[in-house]
Amino acid sequence: MLPYERPIITRYNPGITNKFGSRVDYFPFTQIDGVPVKRIIDEYGSPCFVLSERTIRDTYRNALRAFSTRYPKVQFAWSYKTNYLNAVCQVFHQEGAWAEVVSMFEYQKALQNGVSGDQILFNGPDKTADDLRTALHNNSLIHIDHFDELYLLSEIVREGGKKARVAIRINMDTGVYPQWDRFGFNYENETAWEAVQKIMGQPNMILTGLHCHIGTYMLSTRAYHLAATKLAQLALKIKSQYGHRIAYIDIGGGFASGNTLKGSYLQGSDVIPTMDDYAEAITTALLGSGIPTTELPYLYLEAGRALIDDAGYLLGSVVAIKRLSDGRRATIMDFGVNLLFTSFWYDHRITPAQEFSRHTEDMVVYGPLCMNIDVVRENISLPLLNRGDQVVVHRVGAYNMTQWMQFISMRPNVVMIDREGGVHLIRERETVDTLNQQERTPAHLRANPQQ
Amino acid sequence: MKVNKNIAISESGFIFNPGTGDSFSTNAMGQEIIRMLNEGKTREEITDFILSRYEVEKGILEKDLGDYFFMLGTYHIVQNG
Repeated sequence: MLPYERPIITRYNPGITNKFGSRVDYFPFTQIDGVPVKRIIDEYGSPCFVLSERTIRDTYRNALRAFSTRYPKVQFAWSYKTNYLNAVCQVFHQEGAWAEVVSMFEYQKALQNGVSGDQILFNGPDKTADDLRTALHNNSLIHIDHFDELYLLSEIVREGGKKARVAIRINMDTGVYPQWDRFGFNYENETAWEAVQKIMGQPNMILTGLHCHIGTYMLSTRAYHLAATKLAQLALKIKSQYGHRIAYIDIGGGFASGNTLKGSYLQGSDVIPTMDDYAEAITTALLGSGIPTTELPYLYLEAGRALIDDAGYLLGSVVAIKRLSDGRRATIMDFGVNLLFTSFWYDHRITPAQEFSRHTEDMVVYGPLCMNIDVVRENISLPLLNRGDQVVVHRVGAYNMTQWMQFISMRPNVVMIDREGGVHLIRERETVDTLNQQERTPAHLRANPQQ
Repeated sequence: MKVNKNIAISESGFIFNPGTGDSFSTNAMGQEIIRMLNEGKTREEITDFILSRYEVEKGILEKDLGDYFFMLGTYHIVQNG
């Protein structure tokens, strides 16, 4: 018997050709770090998230190299919100990264992962009094976001002996629109300077660092150069006025990954700066700022997306193919926006995991949710897919495993492939019991009142 | 179902409709189906022929054929009758 390929017919559309809109993959993606995709799906089900430990370590080491070969004092802090699966965090911690958290739940995770309290950067606009007390007790670095938090911390440090090590988050004009000004104190209108003055007047607070985070998926290295320059100037002003040396400048993160933003004409990997480009822009600004070499502050970095996105894959299967009313092909996958939150802003690369012919179809890729918003790709050219075929979605390591939704279907297994090719289950799939264990049904509403 | 007389089909699967100016491409299975339509075979005969030669389940084939014939009709490549 001959192999079967379903018949297709494709109309040519002369005059609206777009060389970047055509297929991008010519070979199936059958293995991740030497482990067959089919084997992973057979053992762990579909859909399934896969993380490559090797890629995480390689990406981290490349970033560390890029910065530490240009600047003498560099410290990364792993951005927990990007992916706070413990196994992922531990890879970064083993590589030497501290923890950067934005909530007490993440803070507790970091402690449980063995991170020393004084190596946790506590960011975010919502720190309660108890959160601040905990951070103070553990000697963590508290990044103050607004005056209300500053005053709250001021009250807390008066309660007892310990001095708080603090930084202020600063927002500024770096030529990027929209300007991120909702977090921190503004540089240009001198609110940041006002915050500095207030902290310097507090005997129980030590202004240890200056922090900024100018945006996300930043394509301009120039903006980082400006940000680093402004923070360095502020550090110099503090030294000049108070004789106080700032220990670190935290430039935040926001470095782009190789994903393609929706609406981008070129593929993401063709337009993003390299880690060396970011490092060059930031470190030259600090080195050229006028701060004496012997007094250079530490450079802290909180990169998340750029360090983990490439290491994450989502394996899935075709549920059905159908034809829409306007003739377009529609493919329904067993994963949707519930798992792939980033598909709201990325055109994710999707590659079949089995052999295919040279023929392709333009199609919409839908998820399995019974919701109209569940669109993974609005328009993609893929080889012919059939029910049951397996696919690999690339660069899903950042934000999906934290922003995923338990909605209509449960969160799936997450596995990590170690450097020797061993596959480890690092988060078990959820079941109806996972959901029900949090619920409390009043006795008179129970199906079985004896329960 | 018949293929319209003015439709030109090359050996590589390139299809041209001089009536509308539209051009298309079809894969090898599509070429084979159009060839059988040109020979006057019925849908049932086409189904039986493919089932006898190719690794495909009848249910899947019928669904695929239904979709393919729908698209041939949409593109005015075939006419019913």
